[in-house]
Amino acid sequence: MSGRETVLGKVRRALAVSGAEAERKAAVDERLANPVAGLIPERGQLEGAARVDLFCKMAEAVQAGVTRVASSDDVPEAIAKFLRQNNLPAEIRLGADDRLAGLPWEKTPNLTRKSGPSDGRDLTGVSHALGGVAETGTLVLHSGSDNPTTLNFLPDTHIVVVAADDIAGDYETVWQRIRTIFGKGVMPRTVNWVTGPSRSADIEQTLLLGAHGPRALQIIVIGGTA
Amino acid sequence: MRITAPAFKENAQNALTDLHLQRALEHVEAGFIHKRAKVVAALPEFDALRDAARDIKNHTLEHLDLYLEAYEKAATKAGGQVHWAETGGDARAIILDICRKAGAKTITKGKSMVSEEININDFLAENGIEPVETDLGEYIIQLRGEPPSHIIAPAVHLTKDQVEADFRRVHTHLDAARDLSESTSLLAEARGVLRDKFLAADVGMTGANFLVAETGTSVIVTNEGNGDLTQVLPRVHIVIASIEKVVPTLEDVSTLLRVLARSATGQDMTVYNTFSTGPRRPGDPDGPEEYHVVILDNGRTAMLGNEFHDMLRCIRCGACMNHCPVYHAIGGHAYGTPYVGPMGAVLAPALFGLDEAANLPNASTFCGRCESVCPMRIPLPKLLRHWREKEFERGLAPATQRWGLGVWAYFAQHPRLYRLSTRLAIGALGWLGKKKGRFRALPLAGGWTRHRDLPAPSSRTFIDQIRDREQ
Ligand code: SF4
Repeated sequence: MSGRETVLGKVRRALAVSGAEAERKAAVDERLANPVAGLIPERGQLEGAARVDLFCKMAEAVQAGVTRVASSDDVPEAIAKFLRQNNLPAEIRLGADDRLAGLPWEKTPNLTRKSGPSDGRDLTGVSHALGGVAETGTLVLHSGSDNPTTLNFLPDTHIVVVAADDIAGDYETVWQRIRTIFGKGVMPRTVNWVTGPSRSADIEQTLLLGAHGPRALQIIVIGGTA
Repeated sequence: MRITAPAFKENAQNALTDLHLQRALEHVEAGFIHKRAKVVAALPEFDALRDAARDIKNHTLEHLDLYLEAYEKAATKAGGQVHWAETGGDARAIILDICRKAGAKTITKGKSMVSEEININDFLAENGIEPVETDLGEYIIQLRGEPPSHIIAPAVHLTKDQVEADFRRVHTHLDAARDLSESTSLLAEARGVLRDKFLAADVGMTGANFLVAETGTSVIVTNEGNGDLTQVLPRVHIVIASIEKVVPTLEDVSTLLRVLARSATGQDMTVYNTFSTGPRRPGDPDGPEEYHVVILDNGRTAMLGNEFHDMLRCIRCGACMNHCPVYHAIGGHAYGTPYVGPMGAVLAPALFGLDEAANLPNASTFCGRCESVCPMRIPLPKLLRHWREKEFERGLAPATQRWGLGVWAYFAQHPRLYRLSTRLAIGALGWLGKKKGRFRALPLAGGWTRHRDLPAPSSRTFIDQIRDREQ
């Protein structure tokens, strides 16, 4: 008998079921076919500017930096300014994401842009998030031909651009969007929820920033001001 | 790891007199209890979320066969390869086979308790494959050749000075005169050393906090980002997950993650929650070319559908050990199994056998704090009692005699006597503990209190009883 049949057989014996019960099957099929959101905390259930404000506040509370700009046209300069202020080289690596490629980079001629996945030597990576979650200041990023996952983890500093309109109150809303974009039951290879820069408390339970992932996370929010 | 639970009493005795350990354990309170309390107080829906989380797992366990099949179908559709392992030995063989086919020399590892349970590191090393733990705590204990002492903070038993000594001993390629007096320099050093390992590994192996049946997704939760580098850089990603990790939908996972982060580390949300579905897709610039999931039973089905069923809801947050006076007194190693604290005392006899772990269900003061903080509402004291009863039936109770708990069993058989004596004991405890909420001496448990204060029990029923008496 294969491992599969052995394990499933043991599960079924323990539950005293055959696996063919119509009622059980229907319950499972229904739950999977029509996922229902559970209890969603009130905290994130805000509208418009208040929701974006909460996102920024929660992100800052977990040591992310937040820059707010009025339009996507302002993003290259916001990035250049952030790098300057933090004494970082004017060099970034980013994926082929259209939303990033379409930005007016001519405004920042001194900023060097490299494309593609990180080889571990880049100091700063730039990504575009699929969305954000106000409840906890969480960014949602996904992998794809335009979005190397390595950019989220290897560079010392991670800059993430997110549109205020894509900031939801809760995770469940973002899952619905992912279903709309990719199709029901289909996921991108990787979806990353990112809430602040990497950290560890493994030495004497003292919280230290900059474990294996980025030491700094800077979020650029486009729009969303009242 | 080698199971040393049969020597529990000796282990505990040693722990109580280990000054390094006692100093390190002081960090548990500030590091976990306060943070959790703060973040829980900030979320009015927390208790309702615990109910919801419990219901999700109860529903899943009732339909476990069907959800496992649904998960397998979705994961396979996404290009993943699903393997089934009845025992730890089966899982080890499957993993070795994948590593061999990949021509692996080194394998990086994200933190995984299941991998500790099946002892994969020693096995891979014996077969010429170098396992490299990448979670900072796991890395430290790997350097020391020790098992974890906590399910989410594996090196909680160590002080900074001990870590510095280990780094100096092992990282001999670095300047001997370097300054490692600050924790930040220790972290930076580990980051540098492990960066090279991440980039060189042939296979990356992670656990899974959850498997999502709806989409065939595996989920890992880390603060360091090590799990992500482990799985995105090597050519092959192996996920090892036990059967009870499966949940129905992405919505269900979201509910569970809300209670997990808060209960585990007192965070609103863990830094990285990563949802992985299959291998690299056409056009993807990075990611593993092969994605394997090993689904492991290893004794879980023996808990399903009987008095230990509730334990399968456990999401490995560690809150029960963080709030356990026994864990505070002796740390994790004394338990002598990878799973420690109250959850370990319930799990270990099921996974490793009552012969090995019969002592552990006695490592409890039955104060009820574990149950009161468990996000999955697992009745841990009740489950510990079930094991004690089983053990008593089998007459396997030498340690309990030594601990004075044979007395407990004797009284338990004589309810009137028991009630009388506990009333006396509670009266005494109320008096003893009133001053500062801690005990210097505890009836029936002199072994603990000879060396260490115990926090006064905070269980409502206990206090209620005292109140009743005082009215
Ligand atoms: S038993 Fe409960 S508190 Fe303990 S680790 Fe499991 S879920 Fe957390």
